[in-house]
Amino acid sequence: MESEQLYHRGYCRNSYNSIASASSDEELLDGAGVIMDFHTTEDDNLLDGDAASPGSNYNMSNGGGAPSSTTHLLDFLEEPIPGVGTYDDFHTIDWVREKCKDRERHRKINSKKKESAWEFTKSLYDAWSGWLVVTLTGLASGALAGLIDIAADWMNDLKEGVCLSALWFNHEQCCWTSNETTFAERDKCPQWKSWAELILGQAEGPGSYIMNYFMYIYWALSFAFLAVCLVKVFAPYACGSGIPEIKTILSGFIIRGYLGKWTLMIKTITLVLAVASGLSLGKEGPLVHVACCCGNIFSYLFPKYSKNEAKKREVLSAASAAGVSVAFGAPIGGVLFSLEEVSYYFPLKTLWRSFFAALVAAFVLRSINPFGNSRLVLFYVEYHTPWYLFELIPFILLGVFGGLWGAFFIRANIAWCRRRKSTRFGKYPVLEVILVAAITAVVAFPNPYTRQNTSELIKELFTDCGPLETSQLCQYRSQMTGNDAGPGVYSAMWQLCLALIFKIIMTIFTFGLKVPSGLFIPSMAIGAIAGRIVGIAMEQLAYYHHDWFLFKEWCEVGADCITPGLYAMVGAAACLGGVTRMTVSLVVIVFELTGGLEYIVPLMAAVMTSKWVGDAFGREGIYESHIRLNGYPFLDAKEEFTHTTLAREVMRPRRSDPPLAVMTQDDMTVEELQATINETSYNGFPVIVSKESQRLVGFALRRDITIAIENARRKQEGILPNSRVYFTQHAPTLPADSPRPLKLRSILDMSPFTVTDHTPMEIVVDIFRKLGLRQCLVTHNGIVLGIITKKNILEHLEELKQHTEPLAASWYYHKKRYPSPHGSNGKPRSRVHHVQLIRSFQDGWGGRGEDSEDEEEVGLLDSSNL
Amino acid sequence: MFNGSSTLQSLVKLLPFTFVTLLTNPLTRYYINSEDIRCKCICPPYREVEGQIYKQNVSLKDCNCLHVVDPMPVDGRDVEAYCLRCECKYEERSSGTIKFTIIMYLSILGLLLLYMVYLTLLEPILKRRLFGHSQLIQNYDDVGDQQPFANAHNVLSRSHSRPNMLNKVEHAQQRWRRQVQEQRKSVFDRHVVLS
Repeated sequence: MESEQLYHRGYCRNSYNSIASASSDEELLDGAGVIMDFHTTEDDNLLDGDAASPGSNYNMSNGGGAPSSTTHLLDFLEEPIPGVGTYDDFHTIDWVREKCKDRERHRKINSKKKESAWEFTKSLYDAWSGWLVVTLTGLASGALAGLIDIAADWMNDLKEGVCLSALWFNHEQCCWTSNETTFAERDKCPQWKSWAELILGQAEGPGSYIMNYFMYIYWALSFAFLAVCLVKVFAPYACGSGIPEIKTILSGFIIRGYLGKWTLMIKTITLVLAVASGLSLGKEGPLVHVACCCGNIFSYLFPKYSKNEAKKREVLSAASAAGVSVAFGAPIGGVLFSLEEVSYYFPLKTLWRSFFAALVAAFVLRSINPFGNSRLVLFYVEYHTPWYLFELIPFILLGVFGGLWGAFFIRANIAWCRRRKSTRFGKYPVLEVILVAAITAVVAFPNPYTRQNTSELIKELFTDCGPLETSQLCQYRSQMTGNDAGPGVYSAMWQLCLALIFKIIMTIFTFGLKVPSGLFIPSMAIGAIAGRIVGIAMEQLAYYHHDWFLFKEWCEVGADCITPGLYAMVGAAACLGGVTRMTVSLVVIVFELTGGLEYIVPLMAAVMTSKWVGDAFGREGIYESHIRLNGYPFLDAKEEFTHTTLAREVMRPRRSDPPLAVMTQDDMTVEELQATINETSYNGFPVIVSKESQRLVGFALRRDITIAIENARRKQEGILPNSRVYFTQHAPTLPADSPRPLKLRSILDMSPFTVTDHTPMEIVVDIFRKLGLRQCLVTHNGIVLGIITKKNILEHLEELKQHTEPLAASWYYHKKRYPSPHGSNGKPRSRVHHVQLIRSFQDGWGGRGEDSEDEEEVGLLDSSNL
Repeated sequence: MFNGSSTLQSLVKLLPFTFVTLLTNPLTRYYINSEDIRCKCICPPYREVEGQIYKQNVSLKDCNCLHVVDPMPVDGRDVEAYCLRCECKYEERSSGTIKFTIIMYLSILGLLLLYMVYLTLLEPILKRRLFGHSQLIQNYDDVGDQQPFANAHNVLSRSHSRPNMLNKVEHAQQRWRRQVQEQRKSVFDRHVVLS
């Protein structure tokens, strides 16, 4: 009877083949409200596996392949709707869905590849595209890192003077062949003119000092001003270090334009300006962002990556490894950094690709040779002196210092950033940058250790005193034995102490400015200064008290047993570890900087201590803290969930909320569907059998529904507001005069994740972390009760944290600033007033925020009727 | 006719050659340019001799104290002892790369600055003069009704409309501007990201 009716409606005729009509009598069983969907073809696929059918058993794909294996070649209803399966800005991706999409695509290509040579070539291309894209990413990030290094060096020296013979050379390159042969004049050469020499015509004297001072401030200010202006006008997303955002993106969040062309260009250009302006920031963190932009842009060349958000994140993981690889000249450290710090999903395949990308990037940078020392970083050092067991005590002390600094920095910086975020003070980004740059420049110039480029400072601190060194730090009384500190060392000490205080204060206010700003270099500088001070103190101690039982065994008179440079390096690692809470990758990065395996134990001891000390004051590293401050939906895989709540307590809707907004599988009209969508702000709706039975059929996303309906309106005739919408395989029985129904089965997720209402949250959180779910439905006896989304879980975690530690919880505060989607009367507010999916440019942001706030709250459920 | 084809033939013959030359040219120049290599020897003070730095354009295999330190400040007997203390480092750079990088960087920076000045200062004035006040704002306003379905409308129309080149550029620029405006609002006004 049903099939007869179908054939009466001519437009559907082609949709159903013999299988469909054969199963029509199964449909009759539905009368009892029990959907026996098991007999439809999708489930056959499930049993057959991929060998028999190219279709998916996971019927949520669209855009990718045919949703079901029935071969309706002529079925216009089944043709992929453009845009379905994509995501809105500030939404979370569904890893499971993306991975299924990719598997299905892969299966399709595999099954086709024997058909023709062309298809075979295509499959080869597809197989190789992963390696190709990481190669291109490595090449581009290496080249860009070279550009940034060269340009930043040049601009930095521009603050002091200019090379008259060739304007494009920095100080070092300018004096490349000059024959100023004495030690005293090693930094002087006729080609290089300081500004005072050029303007006043004299190199010495108070007048020229003031002139140089003035020019230094002038250039610093103008670089900072240009940087912040470019960021503000062209690409606001280019500011900051980018690592918290990349972490969030890699965990499955969409920030449109964050890894785009303009962001890449502006970040590259302004990074040079920001570094050259002398602000207390580094280029290492932003280089990771730059590399990720490259990865994202190149992934658009390959459909395998451009169309799949999960696959794209594999490329981004590899790209971040390439970024660190060029930032520190540490390819292995880069891979470990990607694994330990930024990546969320890191299969072995990605590990190899990251390794390869890091290798290519390092190779490119090495062949550019930006520093002229055949190394990838400025502060590469080599030590050969051994260290002794008693030195572990100062190393551990440095670790404690690093941990304390890290904890202090995180608190202070977060407090300052919160101030910027929540008060009016944040409205003047340009002014703020200029102010900070001005203070930095004014205070930095008189002290030689803060005046120079931070990378050079680190290099100087790392380098051990030898007979070849002439810096003030190495002015010992007897050049040969080199142990008794001379007046130069003492004056260097207090200058370094001042530099330490200055750096500590300025870094807190600098990180978070609206210019590209990394944290690695300033942290390392602070650690290196502290380490060097401790090192020299130890050295003097050993010199004057060489008969102490500690030193007696190792330090003979006249032999140096303490290497202050090594202390600087350990201190740098400890401080960086305290701020970022990295361990393995940090040790490997530093060890790759020194090229000496024997210092691994001191480094490990210091880094581990600093992590312990830091963790005692707060478990989050700076990046996690910034993620929390900004309220990104990031579910940290490192945190443990130890509470005993049940899924029922976390799911939405809560007891007091209105019931869950659901869709029924075959008795809603287009109009009703639209009304549901317009009245709620939820991003997805469970589809149930009927209002009476409440059994779950599947899950449909809001975006997909709106797109599908709009698409049907344009392409299919006869879709009226009162057309029936159905998610089943076959159209429901309808009165003869009703308008043509609309089939939306292709957008239905037939296998949504479900848990029962008594599942402990521990398990639910684990499922979300490990599978990367976006939402999970809660059922009871097969009846859908509610939904848990990633945001619900984050909110829940935040609530639980509120009870234990009152700190932060910005996410929670943030939430309260905007009205909830439900009015006080418990009825959902009309979405029209404050939320819209379309962004209008004038006032879109009000709505936008709303949208990103509630995006995941697919609420429904009235638990009271349980 | 004959003439033309022979030119073509010679061109084809030349093609691989030119290609190879093009490829190797920067490499050869890189190695030939003697300005770009140096051997730098740093010799610490020795007895009454001051500390000295020597730089010479010599190849890697000649980069040692005996070749580079000239004139030798000590007598024949002490040369060995003096040279033992010297540290010689062979360094190379690519001045071409540096020049190219700096010039490219500055020109991109200059272009961006010009464009920035145009966007922030000139364009509003020009637009106002050409269209009057209201047009500019209206442009942004009528992009769509505030319905969720308008979004779907956008998504679908994006994939279908095939305008000509000029429209495309215009459209892309409009879209870019809209994006930047959104970014600006989220970063500077609402502080939802990157604060």
